[in-house]
Amino acid sequence: MLRYTFYRLIQGFITVWFIATATFTAMHMIPGDPLTSEKAMTAEIRANLEAKYGLDKPVGEQYLIYLKNIASGDFGISFTQKNREVNDIIREHFPVSATLGLLAILFAATGGVLFGALTALFRNRAPDYAIMFFVILGISVPGFVVAALGQLSLVNINAFLGFTVLPVGGWGTVAHMILPAMVLGLGTMAYLTRLMRSSMLEIVNSDFIRTARAKGLPATRVFSKHQLRNASLPVVTVLGPAIAGITTGGFVVEYVFAIPGLGRYFVQAVQQTDYTVIMGTTVFYGAFLVFMVIAVDLVYGFIDPRVRLK
Amino acid sequence: MTVAMRHLSAPDLTPVHTEQVRDVLTRPSLSYWQDAWIRLKANRRALVSLWIVVGLLVFTLIGPLMWRVDPATQDLDQLSQPPGVDRTATLVAPPVTWSGEALTDEEATGLRAIGRADTQAVRLHWDPMPEATGGYRVYRNLFPVGPEKAYGLPLLMNMEKTWYEDRLDLRPTTYYYSVAPLDESGEHAGEVQTIELNLNRVITIDEARKRGLIGDEETPAPGATVELKLHPLGTDYLGRDLFARLMHGAQVSLFIGMVAPMLFVAFGILYGATAGFIGGAVDAVMMRFADFVVALPFLLFMILFKFIFQVEAGESGIMPMLVALVILSWPATSRLVRGQILQIREEGYIGASRLLGAKTNYLILRHMIPNTMGVILVTLTFAVPSAIFTEAFLSFIGMGVAPPTPSWGSMCNEGIKTMLTTPHELIFPAVLISITVLAFNLLGDGLRDALDARMRSRE
Repeated sequence: MLRYTFYRLIQGFITVWFIATATFTAMHMIPGDPLTSEKAMTAEIRANLEAKYGLDKPVGEQYLIYLKNIASGDFGISFTQKNREVNDIIREHFPVSATLGLLAILFAATGGVLFGALTALFRNRAPDYAIMFFVILGISVPGFVVAALGQLSLVNINAFLGFTVLPVGGWGTVAHMILPAMVLGLGTMAYLTRLMRSSMLEIVNSDFIRTARAKGLPATRVFSKHQLRNASLPVVTVLGPAIAGITTGGFVVEYVFAIPGLGRYFVQAVQQTDYTVIMGTTVFYGAFLVFMVIAVDLVYGFIDPRVRLK
Repeated sequence: MTVAMRHLSAPDLTPVHTEQVRDVLTRPSLSYWQDAWIRLKANRRALVSLWIVVGLLVFTLIGPLMWRVDPATQDLDQLSQPPGVDRTATLVAPPVTWSGEALTDEEATGLRAIGRADTQAVRLHWDPMPEATGGYRVYRNLFPVGPEKAYGLPLLMNMEKTWYEDRLDLRPTTYYYSVAPLDESGEHAGEVQTIELNLNRVITIDEARKRGLIGDEETPAPGATVELKLHPLGTDYLGRDLFARLMHGAQVSLFIGMVAPMLFVAFGILYGATAGFIGGAVDAVMMRFADFVVALPFLLFMILFKFIFQVEAGESGIMPMLVALVILSWPATSRLVRGQILQIREEGYIGASRLLGAKTNYLILRHMIPNTMGVILVTLTFAVPSAIFTEAFLSFIGMGVAPPTPSWGSMCNEGIKTMLTTPHELIFPAVLISITVLAFNLLGDGLRDALDARMRSRE
């Protein structure tokens, strides 16, 4: 296990280095340089600015400085918002995105396991068909449409009831988080429900279920203790990729619900061509996703020892 | 005893034809693809999806030839027009200025509309309110005021007069006008009066002539009606025909959705097959590289690529997106193909074929490629909806195709801004995206069941 952990961590660091290099290369392929947009600049000011941001050095040296800064956790200063460090931006906006994402994951995982178990329990009966219909809908309807429709129906519900059940946008209280988190988790929940259903149906026919039944265990106990427990295992494996999906899905949800998260900030930075913020957030998000996937894999290794042998 | 001899001729000596009745246990042999096609035809959902896909292609490719409306032309008489509304407009004389006169003989009291309320002008008049020490404020809203006291857009601030003429961007719909008396500090000082007005669509004769709705020689009297241009699915907020935009948007969305998967699947096959064939250290290095590309945060890099290519004004931004999709999406296919190749290489029939003297080329063409084709086709079908999703997502956050090029995603982005008043601008592209993605997903499920026994879903 220790060896496996070590191997995965090393692999993770190399991947982050690859992401950082790819981002650096990508940013240096852009025509022009970060100072092109600045208006009417004398040669001296330009030279000063270039010296300040290290743009006058050869690309190789810039790359080394960039790697050194990342290694020490310093992403530099924003190009468009003077005197604002990228670290500050991440520190301020990432917790918002993370809270939203965490809620969405919780919602998706509980909903997925619950509905998946229900569909398997009521296989080929009305509840199964009803849930699977919504699952197919959840997979086919793009997240931003769900977000827009969710907001639209909330407006109508608020208008119909005559008081504000939940706020339609913004951020701050728990009430602000509920609808965005549900919308954000919906796609993943649909996917998890489908996965849970097939995993439940597969396990029904396995030997240990038959043994449990043969020993005379009550059906409820077989279902809860043996079937449900083992069927939820695959759900843990896809949580890693699900975190990635939910993080990027957050861009849209943050945009629609006017939530001050890092995703919205990233999109804004791209629109303003804010070099350091783009590079910083990409590397930060990339590292976050890579290590989340590794963490989920390691946790899975604890839950299911068979994985460690691979 | 004499035995009667019969004369025997040649036909009598031919063997008796015996009809042997045997159970025929064979059926005509089916090729892999015939078998798959039969399975697919038996799957109702997949077949319906296939027809939907065909229908979408017709809509995309033949539709613009039938409905020859430019998706960029603006119809300024019909902005944000929902589908199926009355298109008639009443011809009126050019507007005359009004200064609130000739009103006292009206019997109605309180807030009331003077004359006809139409899209040319709405004339409001109200009785002086004693509490209005600081004048009045007029609001206009598209929704009933309701308990939240949402009066809408303030049109007139702190004016002393008791009449108001609204000529600001009027649409043929229902408006809720409110007049609030104000105190000296500009706060509401008393009861707010609200009136609901249904506006008729009107057009001046000059404008109608300019737009070609009436001929140059015709001089119709005011009060006659004309038919405005037909927009079967309505228009968007700039007055562009939604039907035409949906069809042209489909070209963009489906182009990216189908061409990008074909390209990256092709590249993935090449890469994966090369790695699988050569094997050894080359294989290890190639697959490690694929692992790293997989680990790149996909949408983040899609956005970065958009940034690198720097779409110039007048370009659609389709090509950069296509290239970025191909660069980032190939590893999944290459892994799959490599796995298949490695697996097939060890199969008994490959060994048998080799024993019979088959050359490598023959093995590749006769065994390897046909046997991976099924899996590849399934991958391709599932790659289409995810590419469509990616395009829609990027266009939605404004990182995809550049305006005015329509795509379903960018149409949703525009539609969401007006979703409270004219939801059709959001609903049509959203429904089309959903149907397309659903159809490709179900078709993919059907193909997987039909083509690949191992991946068959358990339902």
